[in-house]
Amino acid sequence: MDTLVARYSRPAYHQTELFTEQEQQDLVDGMPSLSLKFAMPPVAHPSAWLRAATDDRSNPACPIKIAHGTTTLAFRFQGGIIVATDSRATAGNWIASQTVKKVIEINSDLLGTMAGGAADCQYWLAWLGMQCRLHELRHKRRISVAAASKILANLVYQYKGMGLSMGTMCAGVTKEEGPALYYIDSDGTRLAGNLFCVGSGQTFAYGVLDAEYRYDLTVEEALELGSRSILAATHRDAYSGGFINLYHVKESGWEKHGFSDTNPIFWKTKLEKGEFSNVTSDFSERV
Amino acid sequence: MSSPFSINGGACVAMVGKDCVAIACDLRLGLQALTVSNNFPKIFQYGEHVFLGLTGLATDVATVSDLFRYKVNMYRLREERGIAPRTFANLVSSSLYERRFGPYFVSPVVAGLDPKTGSPFICGFDSIGCIDFAKDFIVSGTATDQLFGMCESLWEPDLAPEDLFETISQALLNAVDRDALSGWGAHVYIIEKDKVTKRLLKGRQD
Repeated sequence: MDTLVARYSRPAYHQTELFTEQEQQDLVDGMPSLSLKFAMPPVAHPSAWLRAATDDRSNPACPIKIAHGTTTLAFRFQGGIIVATDSRATAGNWIASQTVKKVIEINSDLLGTMAGGAADCQYWLAWLGMQCRLHELRHKRRISVAAASKILANLVYQYKGMGLSMGTMCAGVTKEEGPALYYIDSDGTRLAGNLFCVGSGQTFAYGVLDAEYRYDLTVEEALELGSRSILAATHRDAYSGGFINLYHVKESGWEKHGFSDTNPIFWKTKLEKGEFSNVTSDFSERV
Repeated sequence: MSSPFSINGGACVAMVGKDCVAIACDLRLGLQALTVSNNFPKIFQYGEHVFLGLTGLATDVATVSDLFRYKVNMYRLREERGIAPRTFANLVSSSLYERRFGPYFVSPVVAGLDPKTGSPFICGFDSIGCIDFAKDFIVSGTATDQLFGMCESLWEPDLAPEDLFETISQALLNAVDRDALSGWGAHVYIIEKDKVTKRLLKGRQD
């Protein structure tokens, strides 16, 4: 541990002090290079070969099915940021899991969400967590959401065209930024914004979220809206479902608000609020 | 473009019990990922004890179910009696083979009781009419793998009507919960000599 700290830590700086050119270069050099660590398939065009083997959209009979399909959302409001996701992982039409944790806790006040390739998101968000920790050790202060999201965006841009598949949101509250929300995807897009929905069920979630969203929502209203938007998406999108994972990010860090089965929530919403009138609730016996 | 058999999604299962048969289907109609309707039954009745389940391409499910209504009505007018399940199965088979080189994209399942002996009858077909006679259960649709797994573990011979209902319901419900393209509720028919019971099941809506 001591050797690790010695290797990565720098003397404490005053907040106002700027880094010298050399120190900045050291930081860049200090980043472990990753591109050489991945074994490549021994063929002429590795990325084209991989695409042929894994892209079930262009080739439904592809031999390797990668887990896909999701609804995730995050929005900024008066009381911080709400992050909500479903929990289904599918490989083709097969439901591989109903209990996936698509919110990744990068540290006590930074969250990332998972959409797209499950392995890609899991691996690179864990890696981002490591980079954020190293930033903390080097600079003796928490990383900003802008910086964290940019580390990820730059990383995926390095791998552009190689078949990474991820649509992720970074949400956090820091002293200098306040509540901050970024969208990053594997094309290299990085956007700051108030409201994002990502995944196969994004349109359904946007439908509910846009209709009810206001910046001055109370915390309770905001949590309910996040949950209701995911519920709508799980109902209409075949590749979303399972459990609703709810988080609230505020100045004091994020707070988890449950991992709850959609089934009882759906019937409660239907029967008590009269919503989802397209679904029958008359189960009386017929002849 | 995906297979015509899995654009709309859906699942169907039939089982034999003691002096009774059961047939059940889910209620989803989708367009790939988008769930368009959750009230699209896939079981059709063609006589007192003759039932047909149809999964596959929804437009063909509608066409084929109507085609057999016409054919069974013509049979009844000519013969002055209802059609027996075994006869109906042969009608389904030969009708499907007529489209050998441009098939309907459906996987039918027939379930019923013989009008003379009252013995249970179930069978399944591929889309061009090959009959699969079975003495235990028949499955079809996008959740076939899951249904085979559930039926192989839950089904046992000589189940009484109430036990058969429980078995087929659990088999279908748990199978469709592992298939993205089927579910959203279910219909179950229990067919006995002097009683046909239809029940609607409350399934997960995601």
